[in-house]
Amino acid sequence: MILKPHINDFKNIGYYLSKVMLGLGFTMLIPILMGLALGEINPTLDFLIGIAITFCFALLLEKICFTEEDLTWMQGMIIVALSWLVAMILGAVPLYLSGHWKSFLDTCFDTMSGFATTGLTLVQDLDHLSYTHNLWRHLIMFIGGQGIVIIALSFSIKGLSGAFRMYVGEARDERIMPNIVYTARFIWLVSIVYLILGTAALGIIGLLNGMQPFNSFFHGACIFMAAFDTGGFAPQSQNILYYHSLPYELVTIVIMLSGAINFKLHYHLWMGNRKEIWKNIETRTLFVTVMIIFLVVAAGLAQQNIYPTALILFRKGFYQLISGHTGTGYATIYAQQFIYEWGNLALVGIIMAMALGGGTCSTTGGIKMLRIGVLAKAFKQDLKRIILPDKAVVVQKFHHLKGVFLEDKQVRSALLITLAYLGLYGVGALIGMWYGHPFLNALFESTSAAANVGLSCGITAPGMPAALKITYIIQMWAGRLEFMSVFTLIGFFVAAIRGR
Amino acid sequence: MMISVRRSAYGVQRKTKFAGICFVLLLLLSAGSCPLSAAYAQPVSSTELINSAKLYDGKTVVYAGEVIGDIMARGTPSASGITAARGSYAWVNLNDGQNAIGIWMPEALTKDIRLTGSYKSRGDWIEVTGVFHRACADHGGDLDIHALAIRKIQSGKAIVERANPAKRNLLFTLTGILCLIVILRQFKRA
Repeated sequence: MILKPHINDFKNIGYYLSKVMLGLGFTMLIPILMGLALGEINPTLDFLIGIAITFCFALLLEKICFTEEDLTWMQGMIIVALSWLVAMILGAVPLYLSGHWKSFLDTCFDTMSGFATTGLTLVQDLDHLSYTHNLWRHLIMFIGGQGIVIIALSFSIKGLSGAFRMYVGEARDERIMPNIVYTARFIWLVSIVYLILGTAALGIIGLLNGMQPFNSFFHGACIFMAAFDTGGFAPQSQNILYYHSLPYELVTIVIMLSGAINFKLHYHLWMGNRKEIWKNIETRTLFVTVMIIFLVVAAGLAQQNIYPTALILFRKGFYQLISGHTGTGYATIYAQQFIYEWGNLALVGIIMAMALGGGTCSTTGGIKMLRIGVLAKAFKQDLKRIILPDKAVVVQKFHHLKGVFLEDKQVRSALLITLAYLGLYGVGALIGMWYGHPFLNALFESTSAAANVGLSCGITAPGMPAALKITYIIQMWAGRLEFMSVFTLIGFFVAAIRGR
Repeated sequence: MMISVRRSAYGVQRKTKFAGICFVLLLLLSAGSCPLSAAYAQPVSSTELINSAKLYDGKTVVYAGEVIGDIMARGTPSASGITAARGSYAWVNLNDGQNAIGIWMPEALTKDIRLTGSYKSRGDWIEVTGVFHRACADHGGDLDIHALAIRKIQSGKAIVERANPAKRNLLFTLTGILCLIVILRQFKRA
């Protein structure tokens, strides 16, 4: 028997949702300050309107649903799933008012892409977009990368046991510190320290590249936010190709890889435990998959004979591979070149990289390295069982921050999520094919959306059908939250309709 | 006599016409046999260049677009893509409304560029005649054009921004509603 949700469930969900909305509203102050400083009148008005709408809804919801009850697991999961949808809509308001998006759906596509750190975009005439709006595009990646709920956890919701339930709902199940609020703050501390360092590095390179001083550091900050949070938005329409700079590419590779590493691993590195990076199953798996997939990409590019030297082939192939594998989506080639120049083999290599993703408890999407590592270990264990005598006790261990014995429970969980991702990639590809795109192109774009990557082979464009836009929005949302919160939300709606 | 003169005049006329047709045919044949060896007099769009990069690779093309972003002064490129000395060349990105393509040009050519496209300005539109590279060996495999000559088609202009009255009114209304909600919350609490 399905139980109908109680009124208190709705009140709890509404109350904590209002906290998340308030947090989002406060972050809009940053672009407002930017707009005022630069004298961008209309963009500032856009954000003032955005913040006013957000606060109106947040305060009303807070008043109507006021409660002092703690959250249950189900409520925590539903709040997370709804928070991302609400943030998508409210975050889209100031962008839509700029007039650079064809429709509100297109703007929602971009805000979901931003919050989910995907990087696919439907913006028009990006090269004339204001600094204020551009800052917001990148800021939502920074917020989304850490997790929308993390903001609320860090500043609004203090000392609640329910906080952990919301934290887990955002696809983060590893506590770095004993207290979840401190964990959230540590994630912000790491991100802000790296933001300062990364912006300085990219800003100096920009200056040496001949950019204007303000632009150098503005672009540096934007590119850092999008690279560290494995997002992929850029202030100019050419993406990283705009800079025509090898040092820029090298620094962004380092930032993308840093973003793809588990925050708990960052904590170990900060604490001086550098050996962890060599022993950890995630970094080891990442190294192996990068090497194997690079061979596939390089073979494909060599077959096509596009690049004049091996060094250039390495530069182009490796950059797109790391960008895809870490789920960033930065590109030093045009989207159409994937189709017209790269050939099927290299394209398959990039699809594989995108599908696998980076580390757990990081800002990347996709299946993730821990799960791939666990599945590989399980495969090895089963092979040993076949080869060794029946009486032999086969024990498989792996190292993830500490020594762990492989259990069937871990393998089952890894396999379920892997299958869910493969299903999501497949469904998106089928819908893409329904709209007339060839299989490989449709699979490329679908994987890019569901694994929150952002590389495009040209399908994502303002003119694509609305149903395909909605498909990719759902893929980005479900992919970022790793399904559980989304399934809980669906279950909640079913219970509300059919329950007794 | 008159007839023979007329006939010879008619013959000359026919020969001239025949020679003319042959000349046009030869011209068409030569144009058809080597369509890409010479410069493209008409500007080619960025989409055409990107989608048919192999076809245009190494050819002299004409490309026109708005100068956007920064004019990035650089030095002479080395094989690795790292510039050796600053100042002699510059990167200029040109957007034709479909895509933006990087143009590598001697810095002297950038002197005529007054405005570049951004939120506060429409950049100069320039027409570039240059060699197109599908994967430039000098610039780390970037798709680019090495400019030989540029011509300004249209000057850019600064955009004077005025507050949008509709947005201003909407903001006033929303601020009013927000104040009302805050006041109502206080009353309830009291």
